[in-house]
Amino acid sequence: MAWGLGVVMYPSDLKYTNEHEWVRLEDGSATVGITDYAQKQLGDVVFVELPAVGTAVKQGEVFGTIESVKAVSELYAPLTGEVSEVNGDLTNHPEAVNSKPHETWMIKIKLSDEGETASLLDADAYNKLVG
Amino acid sequence: MAWSPLLLFESPDKFVFRHIGPRPSDLEPMLEAVGAASLDALIDEAIPADIRLTGPLDLPEAESEHEYLTHLRATGARNKVFRSYIGLGYHDTITPSVILRNVVENPGWYTPYTPYQAEIAQGRLESLLNFQTMVADLTGMDVANASLLDEPTAAAEAMTLLHRSREAKSKKDARVFAVSDRVFPHTLDVLRSRAEPLGLELRIGDIESIELGDDVYGMYLQSPDDHGEVRDLTGLIDRAHAAGVLVAVGTDLLACAVCTPPGEMGADVVIGNSQRLGVPLGYGGPHAAFFATRNDFVRQAPGRLIGVSQDSAAQKAFRMALATREQHIRREKATSNICTAQALLANVAAMYGVFHGPGGLQRIAQRVHDVARVVAGELAALGFKQTNTAYFDTIRVDTGGATAWEAIRAAALARGINFRYPAPGIIALSINETVSREDALDIVGVFAEGVGKTPIPGLPPNDGRTLPQVLGALTRNSAFMTHPVFNSHHSETEMMRYIRSLERKDIGLDTSMIPLGSCTMKLNAASEMLPITWPEFSKLHPFIPADQAAGYRQIIAELERYLCAITGFAAASLQPNSGAQGEFAGLMVIQAWHRGRGETHRHVVLIPSSAHGTNPASAAMAGMRVVIVATDKHGNIDLDDLKNKAAAHAGDLSCLMVTYPSTHGVFEDAIREICRTVHEHGGQVYMDGANMNAQVGLTSPAAIGADVCHINLHKTFSIPHGGGGPGMGPIAVAAHLAPYLPSHPIVHVGGEKGIPAVSGAPFGSASILLISYGYIRMLGRDGVTEATKWAILNANYLKARLEKHYPVLYARKNGRVAHEMIFDLRAFKAHGVEEGDVAKRLMDYGFHAPTVSFPVPGTLMVEPTESEPRQELDRFADALIAIRQEIQDVIDGKADRKDNLLKNAPHTAAHVTATEWTHPYTREQAAYPLPYLKSHGKFWPAVGRIDNPYGDRNLICSCE
Repeated sequence: MAWGLGVVMYPSDLKYTNEHEWVRLEDGSATVGITDYAQKQLGDVVFVELPAVGTAVKQGEVFGTIESVKAVSELYAPLTGEVSEVNGDLTNHPEAVNSKPHETWMIKIKLSDEGETASLLDADAYNKLVG
Repeated sequence: MAWSPLLLFESPDKFVFRHIGPRPSDLEPMLEAVGAASLDALIDEAIPADIRLTGPLDLPEAESEHEYLTHLRATGARNKVFRSYIGLGYHDTITPSVILRNVVENPGWYTPYTPYQAEIAQGRLESLLNFQTMVADLTGMDVANASLLDEPTAAAEAMTLLHRSREAKSKKDARVFAVSDRVFPHTLDVLRSRAEPLGLELRIGDIESIELGDDVYGMYLQSPDDHGEVRDLTGLIDRAHAAGVLVAVGTDLLACAVCTPPGEMGADVVIGNSQRLGVPLGYGGPHAAFFATRNDFVRQAPGRLIGVSQDSAAQKAFRMALATREQHIRREKATSNICTAQALLANVAAMYGVFHGPGGLQRIAQRVHDVARVVAGELAALGFKQTNTAYFDTIRVDTGGATAWEAIRAAALARGINFRYPAPGIIALSINETVSREDALDIVGVFAEGVGKTPIPGLPPNDGRTLPQVLGALTRNSAFMTHPVFNSHHSETEMMRYIRSLERKDIGLDTSMIPLGSCTMKLNAASEMLPITWPEFSKLHPFIPADQAAGYRQIIAELERYLCAITGFAAASLQPNSGAQGEFAGLMVIQAWHRGRGETHRHVVLIPSSAHGTNPASAAMAGMRVVIVATDKHGNIDLDDLKNKAAAHAGDLSCLMVTYPSTHGVFEDAIREICRTVHEHGGQVYMDGANMNAQVGLTSPAAIGADVCHINLHKTFSIPHGGGGPGMGPIAVAAHLAPYLPSHPIVHVGGEKGIPAVSGAPFGSASILLISYGYIRMLGRDGVTEATKWAILNANYLKARLEKHYPVLYARKNGRVAHEMIFDLRAFKAHGVEEGDVAKRLMDYGFHAPTVSFPVPGTLMVEPTESEPRQELDRFADALIAIRQEIQDVIDGKADRKDNLLKNAPHTAAHVTATEWTHPYTREQAAYPLPYLKSHGKFWPAVGRIDNPYGDRNLICSCE
């Protein structure tokens, strides 16, 4: 993650959503986290509630919640599929979402429809969204 | 004034003169500051003309304090203080005098607010943590919250927690809550009232045979149960868990000291009433219910939860944890609509635990149990069949027919004893810690008399007879309350100093003004408070026959009449124990009315976006759909949006929930049109009475066009906040809604088509009704109105003093605010200064912060109330003006952006006197920024700025 003069450059190898999730696409699987913009809006994250491995998730629907000291927000699945892995480290270290947002993933989804990826934003488009 | 024979006997000491803070001589300079010609002219400018009352309120003339107390002595004498062994979760108890004098009757404990500003609330936070630890230990659970309103509503919260926590796949559609047929009747009634709107179904039956199919998600059991039977629930809970069913258990904290607690039997939630740990009966309350659960469910827990964190110096510090569960953040998705808890009463129970310690509690519990065994043995010797196999304090006797039953009842009444008579031929009685040898002899004597026998003289074990063994394998073996706090303060000297050491850390109204907007932190006068601990009011069980509570009934009837006069409504229910519970009750009454007219489809509730979070949370609890109405740029309800949404939902509109004056502290001009619009589309209007203090005597809920309102007696009518409860939220309704007012399964109250009970006790927390009753009697018809006028003057005076320094967000077009106002601090954020920094810096100036970020983020809402003297208002204004300069220094670059007076606030004594001082400002600027702090006395915050994220990431909710 690169920092300009107060401006975050969003990594170009990631895709983004309007709900401020980032997505890393690899071999029919999507790794999902929230963006630097989202963590700044939330403030100090204290808890992340994630689904169990095997849960079916649908694009645009809620898959979990994230709590800061003064706000709670829902996490939206960027793509449809089945949860194949969950980041258990977040249970004890939710603050990683604040310190390294683009390296701290939440879930991995085994995609059922890779065609949906076309609806994601690239870094330029996301920069414009939050810029 | 010229001497007049008619006035000779009128008291020269008027309470209104004591209640209102500013002196008559302040009136003119204050009016000059606000630019009003007279007090009445100011009121005319603050309140729209079309909603003003035209005549005086139908209330009695004022009584002096002395006259009132004399009146109350006479009224109290109409109550009969019998020995009540009725049980049902309410037991007479001995409040240790050191706790009575230093906590219950001490404004240092009863006047503070909910501990949102944790740095100046460490005392009661520590005590509430003791409460949580004590409850978790006694029940055998991982974690407990800082109290709920009463036992039945705690059971209802368990019902919803278990539903939220049910297994995601196999129980996805399960909506049945299995309930033992041996739970208290009032608990069952409240479960009914709470289950129905959520679409949950109660399946009531014998716990051994109750069917636990796929449709059942949870179960509620009780031990000791309604009969008094103590049961081993282990096998049953195991079976339930195997079927994917979660289990909540109602229990008795004192029983847990000698009986195996439900937590050790595998319960997922344990609830009950902590009243018998030193909290007076008070004809139904207030008492602190408890709610304990496993760590897995802590994020789903309702109510307030105290947790451990650390401050800026890495010292241990306490604060409320997991605030994101609460309504101000989650609104209709909150875990519960509960705000007010029962902090004062939880603290009394916790102090009882601290004073007696685990050994003392065990001895008290064992003695209660032993006396119950003695009585059971004597009744058996008289030939009575006792039906409980294992019991703690409650025995249930089959009198073998109605004749003996009637005779015993008559004999008991003649000796001033109340038993419970659940059905003809059945008598239940619960022993409590006050029962003496003579009382036990009387109990046995009454039964003997009823069947014309003579009891065996003497009582075991003194006469060599042995007691029956009843607990057996259900005897508790595990240790509890092992933390040093429960094992250190057992002499009165130690106890007194411990209580005082905590009290010193907290800001209450005995310290300085608490200018919390929307909270109405007015005087809680000593004369209003005194009677609540008089035995003729404090020792009455809520379910005694009505004639024994004739004094209470008179007061309740008069208070209902006063509240009707003030609201302009026809009838009132004093049952709801908090504002949020009043909201729920009011919405349920509206729904019942719609249903009564065949309009079963009306379930949409319109709520302005500026509403308090409890409104949508209560609506969700009532099974209604929330539709948000927009606010315009002046902070008023967007009339076009309201009209559009009311029209769009004309077919399914239930009601509008509206706060008036608004949560923005303004009397909106369009209110009558708003109410009319809702009525035109078939809806009712629910007025949230949080801001009633700006209305009394000048306008009313009926005058604006509402149909029902709740009244926060702990705001407008002087009940103290208790450091986070008690509260009372009675509802008043227009005539057409009166038939639906809440009923009660044991005591006849409410309308003829009344909704089920919303509280365990028929009149809620009856003993604190005395406070509001006293407030109205002593201020009288003219005084309550005068108080409203001064509340509005005090607010507009603060506005006049501060608006040049901080922009006021909303006012009427003529610049007038109601009784409170919002100062906008959002412009400072770009310079790194946030509203929270100002709140913490006010502590260094000796003040509790105003309401932070409600109803608008980035703002402070200030409500001075009529009780604050002008000097105090000036000190507060001086402090905020000085802080404004400190902000300016940051903006101008004269102060460091990070290491400054605001960011480092509050400054503790240890911080300011430390050998090392590295900050770019002086120690004096930190601690004594204004001269009054030296002349007036300095309040030192006990801890530095508390790290909230640290505590929520490392959750600890018990003493460690």
